[in-house]
Amino acid sequence: MTKMTYRDAIRSALREALRTDPRVFLMGEDVGGYGGAFKVSYGLLEEFGPERVRDTPLSENTFLGAGIGAALGGMRPIVEIMTVNFSLLALDQIVNNAATLRHMSGGQLSVPLVVRMTTGGGRQLAAQHSHSLEGWFAHIPGIKIVVPAVAADARGFVLAALRDPDPVFIFEHATLYPLEGEVDEQAGPAAIGRALVRRSGDAVSLITYGGTLGTTLRAADELAREGVEAEVIDLRTLRPLDTETILASVARTHRAVIVDEGWRTGSFAAEVSARIMEGGFYSLDAPVARVCSAEVPMPYAKHMEDAALPQVSAIATAVREMLVAHG
Amino acid sequence: MIDRAHALVLLRQMMLIRRFEEKAAELYTLGKIRGFLHLYIGEEAVAVGAMQALTAEDAIVATYREHGQALARGIPAGSLMAEMYGKANGCSRGRGGSMHFFDASRRFYGGHAIVGGGLPVAVGLALADKLQARPRVTACFFGDGAVAEGEFHESLNLAALWKLPVLFLCENNLYAMGTALARHQAQPDIRRKADGYGMPSAVADGMDVVAVEEAARQAAAHVRRGDGPFLLELRTYRFRAHSTADPELYRKREEVAEWKQRDPIVLFTARLQAMGILTDADVASLQASVDGEVDEAVGVAEAGPWEAVQDLTRDVYTATP
Repeated sequence: MTKMTYRDAIRSALREALRTDPRVFLMGEDVGGYGGAFKVSYGLLEEFGPERVRDTPLSENTFLGAGIGAALGGMRPIVEIMTVNFSLLALDQIVNNAATLRHMSGGQLSVPLVVRMTTGGGRQLAAQHSHSLEGWFAHIPGIKIVVPAVAADARGFVLAALRDPDPVFIFEHATLYPLEGEVDEQAGPAAIGRALVRRSGDAVSLITYGGTLGTTLRAADELAREGVEAEVIDLRTLRPLDTETILASVARTHRAVIVDEGWRTGSFAAEVSARIMEGGFYSLDAPVARVCSAEVPMPYAKHMEDAALPQVSAIATAVREMLVAHG
Repeated sequence: MIDRAHALVLLRQMMLIRRFEEKAAELYTLGKIRGFLHLYIGEEAVAVGAMQALTAEDAIVATYREHGQALARGIPAGSLMAEMYGKANGCSRGRGGSMHFFDASRRFYGGHAIVGGGLPVAVGLALADKLQARPRVTACFFGDGAVAEGEFHESLNLAALWKLPVLFLCENNLYAMGTALARHQAQPDIRRKADGYGMPSAVADGMDVVAVEEAARQAAAHVRRGDGPFLLELRTYRFRAHSTADPELYRKREEVAEWKQRDPIVLFTARLQAMGILTDADVASLQASVDGEVDEAVGVAEAGPWEAVQDLTRDVYTATP
């Protein structure tokens, strides 16, 4: 095990893939000469050259579509989109092509495409660089959505995505890049579609993913000081969703609070809540609760952004209120 | 000078497309084919001429008006007709219909119904060839409507920037659905748009199969040499409505009648007859042959099975062993 940042863990996987598989190449805005907008691909241009670490024009739809075409042509492209807000410019290729080609061609075509992008707020970047739209993408059959919350997963999901015959989208919460975690560089791919219990407890299930895992774990620590042991589930993959792990946890705790940085209306938290209703209704002692972002475009000012995002206090409060009302 | 054997191939392919589509239109009115049906009638010389410049190793990306390209590529008519019936023996198992023909074995990558959406995919296929040092061409068909899309400009730029082997084939039939070229383009001379990307371009008469073939061969040779992409504009005209849902309010009957004077099949037939290398008997024999092939295709579609409903979600993802 090595201690390394989330950013370095991704780079470790990219480097390993570039070294071991000649079909792999990187493509995106400023992934080469600039070293990556978030320095994830720093140094890779020097090591692998401009054919395999390709800076693209600001043409998200076309370089994403070129990734699809290159995947059809036998390559294993890794496309980086700078932020999820920019990915909206590529929605045509993502939704109309990447997600459809296999099914629409009657199974003749495979699109082994890997797309990485940053998501989420917390850096005072206001309303065009801060949203969490991975829940939207999870709506779409034909693609897989992974949301690594820790460094080991950040590495493991890149490797897993490259082995997957279908398009895999990796959403990296931008506040995670500098955070350190234990990473086994000998470890292979992480399991797509498998949630993990990050903290055991019996009072309530806190279900989250990505950027809010840390916040949620801190809320659990705070609750523990009050004698409330919360279980924390890290979804890790939004599609396919590991319903079994969610329901097993709720069956033990009988209560669920979902923490999701997306907006509440039509959120991924709503999907998780529905799955609990469908499969775990009779094990519940309280209505499922959600802690989501406020329904506003992300504001710039720090105190306002903090107020818009799920915070430790809001999560702890949601649990306390649930225990008071339905203890 | 046109070689008789090759001329017969070109003529037969155009006649096959014409007959196939007339039959499809008839089957549509009978309810055998549903959804949208975009006919290629009038534009046959474009697909047939352009396809002559491609090898079996080359890739094709086409639009939702792709029956002509699919037939000219050699996808069996029965498999295409079955696809339009929605049958499991269709070229896309009945998942795509008229707008989404696929045949991976013939490197036919659709059948794209988002205008301009095929261009980035073609750029990527060409990138894969370049990275793997394969001397192949990716031919990308699109209409004049697509040049208004951002994807057109982004794709030309990226292909030219990276010197990728893409043959961009613009089928300019003068209308983006119902909007005339001059009403949607500030610069209606489409080939000139390549200038902005430093890409060579040419224009050819899309009603003349020989002219299309010649222009496509030159353009494909440029691409195959590794000299980067090429934009070839083929000026043509669609004789039928945009789709089965179009009452054609946007163009005059006289205009359509005028273009029909330049029917690519009629023109080519007359030319070959004037040259003395095609007889009436030849024409009759070709007609009988394509009629038979289309009848057979209908038979294949009629006899084809429906996909089992329990396979509905098959191939959304690759099956895990």
